Amino acid sequence: MNETIRELLAKVGGLPVAVETLEDGADLYAAGLSSFASVQLMLAIEEKFDIEFPDNLLNRKSFASISAIEATVAQILKAREAA
Amino acid sequence: MSLPAFAADMTLGARAHRVAAVAAEFADRVDRDGRFPREATDAMKAERLLGIQIPTAFGGESASIQEIAEVCSILGQACAASAMVFAMHQIKVSSLVEHGSESEWHKDFMRELASRQLLVASATTEAGIGGNMRNSICAIEIDGGTCRLTKDATVISYGAHADAIMVTSRSSEKAAPTDQVMTVFKRGQYTIDKTVDWDTLGMRGTCSDGFLFKGEAPAVQIFPKPFAEIAAQSMLATSHLWWSSVWYGIAADAVQRAQSFVRAAARKSNGAVPPGATRLAEASNLLQLLKANIVAGLKTYADAKADPDQLSSMAFSIAMNNVKLASSETILVIINQAMIICGIMGYKNGTPYSLGRHLRDAHSAQLMISNDRILGNTSTMLLVQKPDTSLIG
Ligand SMILES: Cc1cc2nc3c(=O)[nH]c(=O)nc-3n(C[C@H](O)[C@H](O)[C@H](O)COP(=O)(O)OP(=O)(O)OC[C@H]3O[C@@H](n4cnc5c(N)ncnc54)[C@H](O)[C@@H]3O)c2cc1C
Repeated sequence: MNETIRELLAKVGGLPVAVETLEDGADLYAAGLSSFASVQLMLAIEEKFDIEFPDNLLNRKSFASISAIEATVAQILKAREAA
Repeated sequence: MSLPAFAADMTLGARAHRVAAVAAEFADRVDRDGRFPREATDAMKAERLLGIQIPTAFGGESASIQEIAEVCSILGQACAASAMVFAMHQIKVSSLVEHGSESEWHKDFMRELASRQLLVASATTEAGIGGNMRNSICAIEIDGGTCRLTKDATVISYGAHADAIMVTSRSSEKAAPTDQVMTVFKRGQYTIDKTVDWDTLGMRGTCSDGFLFKGEAPAVQIFPKPFAEIAAQSMLATSHLWWSSVWYGIAADAVQRAQSFVRAAARKSNGAVPPGATRLAEASNLLQLLKANIVAGLKTYADAKADPDQLSSMAFSIAMNNVKLASSETILVIINQAMIICGIMGYKNGTPYSLGRHLRDAHSAQLMISNDRILGNTSTMLLVQKPDTSLIG
C-alpha cells in the first residue's frame, strides 16, 4: 500500500521535491502539498482502493504524512471487512 | 470624599455602545477624508475593548466569540471602518489566544496587550500572491536567537497606526510556499515604508495602505505552530464570522434607516401603508436570513472549538466559507433595497437616511478574500466531502 500511495502522490501531489526523498512520517504540507493537490490525492486514492473517505476522516491530520494516509486507508479497509 | 453619583454601566454591551456613539459621530468625516478612526479606537482603548478576548488569567476578560461578534455588529451599525479595525484586531488576537499559550513570549505578549490595550494589525497579503494567504513568497531568516523578515505587503489595514503586526512568511529560505509561519513584530522592531495608497470606494477609514515591511526581532516571537494550523483552527473561522458580524451591522443599520423612512411616510399619510413598505418587509426577511446564517456559524465554531480534528475538517471549512459567501452577497441586496426605499434621501449624503457610505463599505465584502477564490476552494472540497443533510446536526 505504501508504494501505491507514493505512486499516487508523485502523480497528483505536485510536490516540489521527489517523493522518494520523503520519509513515511514527513509532513506533506510542509513539503509543499497544497489543499487543491490534497483533494486530488484523496480522489486518486478513493479510485485506486475503491473506497470513500467518511467525513470524519477528511481532515488535515489524515493526510499529513504518507504513514497517516496509510493508517487512514487501512482503517477504512478494515471497517469494510468487518461490515 | 463622596462617591460618584452615577456608576457607568460596565457590561460589555454598554461599553460597546459608548464606543459606537463616538464612532458614529466621526463616521462621515473618517469616510470622506479616508483617515484612521482615531477617536473610535481611542474610545475602544478607554473602554478596554481591545483585550476582552485575552483569558482572564492573562489580564483579559475571556470574552466568547459570540460576545465579540456582538461588539462587531454594534460598531458596524455606527461606522463600518471602525468596526472592521476592531474585528481585524480581534482576529489576530484569536490566533494569539488559541495558539500562543504554549509559548512564554506569547503569554507575556497577551498580558502586555491586555494591560496596554495594544492594537494588532495583519500582513498576510503579499505582492505576487494576492489573497491566497496560504502561500508566501517572502521567507523569515533565523540567525541564532534573532529572526529577520522583509515582506512586500500590499495591504496592511491601519499598518501605520498599529502597536504590533503579525506577519506570515515561509518558515525558512528553503521552505515550500505552503510551509508558513506567523511572527509577531512589535512597534520599534520594524519599519514600514508606504508603497501603495489606500484611496478606495469604501472602508476608507481602515487605511489599508501597502507597505514594504522590514522587521527584526527575537526568534521566540515566531508562533510555535505552523501557520497552516493557525489558519485552519482560528483565523479562517474568526475572519469569516467577525467580518460577517461587521457586515451584518452595516446592513442592520441600513434597514433601520429604511424603516424610519417608511414609518415617517406612514405618519404623514395618516397610516396608509407607504409604497416602500413591501420592500422593507423583504429587506427585513433577508436581514433575518443573514443573522440566522451568522448565528449558526458562530455556534458551529463554538461547538467545533472543543475538537481540533473537527476544526481542520473539510465540513467545517465549507461551513465557514459559506457564511462568508452568503453574508457578503446578501448585505448588498439588503442595502440596495434600503436605498430604493429611501430614494433620493438615501442616495444623498448628509440626510438621516443616507446610505451611500453603507453601500460603498459593503462592496468590500466580496473582495476581502475574493469570493471567486473562496468558491474555488469550496468546489474543490466538494469533490470528496460527503454532504450532511441533517437539519439540527
Ligand atoms: C477592507 C479591506 C481590508 C483588508 N485588510 C488587510 C490586512 O489588514 N492585511 C492583509 O494582509 N490583507 C488585507 N486585505 C486584503 C484581503 O485580505 C485580500 O488579500 C485582498 O482583498 C485580495 O486582493 P486581490 O483581489 O488583489 O487578490 P486576489 O485574491 O489575487 O484576487 C484577484 C482576482 O482574481 C480572481 N482570482 C484569483 N485567484 C482566484 C482563484 N483561485 N479562483 C477564482 N478566482 C480567483 C478573483 O476573482 C479576484 O477578482 C484587506 C482587504 C480589504 C478589502
